[in-house]
Amino acid sequence: MADTAKAKGGGTAKSTGGRRRSRKDSTTPAAGGTTPGVADEKPDVLLDYYRRMVLVRRFEERTGQAYTQARIGGYCHLNLGEEATVVGLMDALRERDYLYTNYRDHGYAILKGMSPRRVMAELYGRSDGVAKGWGGSMHMYDTEARMLGGYGIVGGQLPLATGAALAVTYRGGDEVVMCQMGDGTTNIGAWHESLNLASLWNLPIVYTIVNNFTGMGTSVDASSAEPDLYKRGSAFRIEGVRVDGRDVLAVRDAAADVVEKARSEQRPYILECTSHRLKGHSVVDPAKYRTEEQVAEARANDPVAAFEQHLEKAGVLTEEKKKEISDAVKEEVADAADFAENSPSPDVSTLFDYTYATPVANESRRMPADPVFAE
Amino acid sequence: MSVITYRQALRDTLRAEMLRDDDVLLLGEEIGLFEGSYKITEGLLNEFGEQRVRDTPISEEGFVGAAVGTAMMGLRPVVELMTINFSLIAVDQIINHAAKVYGMFGGQTSVPMVIRTPGGGGQQLGATHSQNIELFYAFVPGLKVLAPSSPADAAAMLRAAVRDDDPVMLLENLGLYNSKGEVPDGDESVAEIGRAAVTREGSDITLIGYSRMAAMSLRVAEELAEQDVSVEVVDLRSLRPLDRQTVVDSVRKTGCAVIAEDDWLTYGIGAEVAASIQEGAFDYLDAPVRRVAMAEVPLPYAKPLENAALPSTESITTAVKETLSAVGKRVG
Repeated sequence: MADTAKAKGGGTAKSTGGRRRSRKDSTTPAAGGTTPGVADEKPDVLLDYYRRMVLVRRFEERTGQAYTQARIGGYCHLNLGEEATVVGLMDALRERDYLYTNYRDHGYAILKGMSPRRVMAELYGRSDGVAKGWGGSMHMYDTEARMLGGYGIVGGQLPLATGAALAVTYRGGDEVVMCQMGDGTTNIGAWHESLNLASLWNLPIVYTIVNNFTGMGTSVDASSAEPDLYKRGSAFRIEGVRVDGRDVLAVRDAAADVVEKARSEQRPYILECTSHRLKGHSVVDPAKYRTEEQVAEARANDPVAAFEQHLEKAGVLTEEKKKEISDAVKEEVADAADFAENSPSPDVSTLFDYTYATPVANESRRMPADPVFAE
Repeated sequence: MSVITYRQALRDTLRAEMLRDDDVLLLGEEIGLFEGSYKITEGLLNEFGEQRVRDTPISEEGFVGAAVGTAMMGLRPVVELMTINFSLIAVDQIINHAAKVYGMFGGQTSVPMVIRTPGGGGQQLGATHSQNIELFYAFVPGLKVLAPSSPADAAAMLRAAVRDDDPVMLLENLGLYNSKGEVPDGDESVAEIGRAAVTREGSDITLIGYSRMAAMSLRVAEELAEQDVSVEVVDLRSLRPLDRQTVVDSVRKTGCAVIAEDDWLTYGIGAEVAASIQEGAFDYLDAPVRRVAMAEVPLPYAKPLENAALPSTESITTAVKETLSAVGKRVG
């Protein structure tokens, strides 16, 4: 497991100390650094990771394009730069494990098993979207894929995911819940309350922090008194691990380790994956708060390009294979966009279909200008 | 027929629902070992064990949200919030999550959970422990908000809430826990959510209330009957959905209305009811709709101040008499 830092529960994590915001144990390898382990992997597995990373990359590029063309509305947050993290995390989960995420959820949705077509249709707000056009970018959800939602309120998904893990133990199941969030989330009350509950109740859950060092425009150093976020479970005796989120194999190994420990020990874990956003917070954010050096560093460490180079060097990815994957992914994404484009908008007659699951007397179904009493 | 307290009705129903359905579990502060701040969960930890009667830390946001998560997985959590005032700490989980999950994800998963919580002034608990903020929740589509006024209703509404697939807030009232009423033996009735009830028929005036004010309105009606005034009492019972039709039907019959509410007047539940009456019974009204509501202050501790601030049988009676006098009906 390369470049992995660990913080034990029970207060053994080393503090960075005082007001000095050292990132001495942050994981930021030099551009073009090694990805140990490539040689030990089966070529098919590596190529599949590569394909999935490219799929997320192209899907998100297409999403950004559709957004700027006003085919997609609302807020739109992309996984660009986080492809290795998304692929590594989702590979570590079993099919029956559950996933909760924040609003930056498209890549997770697809790799947890949702159809790219229906994810794109949801982005377009169409009736074939996973949530029939009721959720949009921030709210991907699929019961069958056990993707239990992208959530737009920072930290809102943490108590929910904790409760889902409680339900697993209530029923004596062996599933694990993964709860993804951003770095900024570790400062909200729901974080502290959820971790305390999960540790007290011995719940099989992995709180996964995708640390891109920036909560919208505010840096982790400026917002977190303990910027080594994986240590922040120490108050709850929850062990934390930090891994380079741009290294798909390191993420997969670290995630598989904590997911399986959560499963066998029935205990919560924290996994922190560091990476950098290639773009702003959302599609419309020019990210002027970042220095040129930071932008250059992020670009130089583009996880997709880096993994591609490693595979080429190792002789796993040939030009031919690269083109084959590229073409297949392009087709899949184009097909998703076509599907979304051709899916009808939801009918206005369905406006009152999803307020209540159990029909109820006197539910209001009036339209804005309707009188309350129609006579 | 047995005469039992509102508290006993709630406790017996919780127990019966837990016996009926293994998916029903309880979560809340001090509900297990302590047996509940108001003893609604007395004996349940002993009978059902820690897995189903789960004491929580003081983490309203955490455990209300955890209940939402367990409900998304198909369990039927019943959460006790020690008082409605503490619901404010969990408001993100109630309004942004419990109320949204079903619709926001296109009806893929329901949230079959209940939040039981008492509110109400009159206990000398001061400003932060005496609020009636039911309006906050009654405002939100996706939630169902119930406010029982009698032991029989408390039982039937709790039964309905547990069996319903949506998030239901069952608003109890500190001032009602010791009130008694008849509950049929072996009662299995399930209240219909979204329905008000005419709890006393009358012809001179409509008196509308919910929770403690519905109970108080019945007493006012009984007293006024001795003075030959015929008061029809409407108990709203369900604050969302609101049964406007039952209210309006009554006012069309009597021609005038008084609303008794325990919350603050401005923007309160009564404002919504009054607006419904003007829209549904404008041509039938012989006098303006009157509202009796709490004085608009943070509720004080000292008993004379607290008493003065809260609606009472006297203040409701005054409003009823003045309204009747405005329409030319003499009282007493």
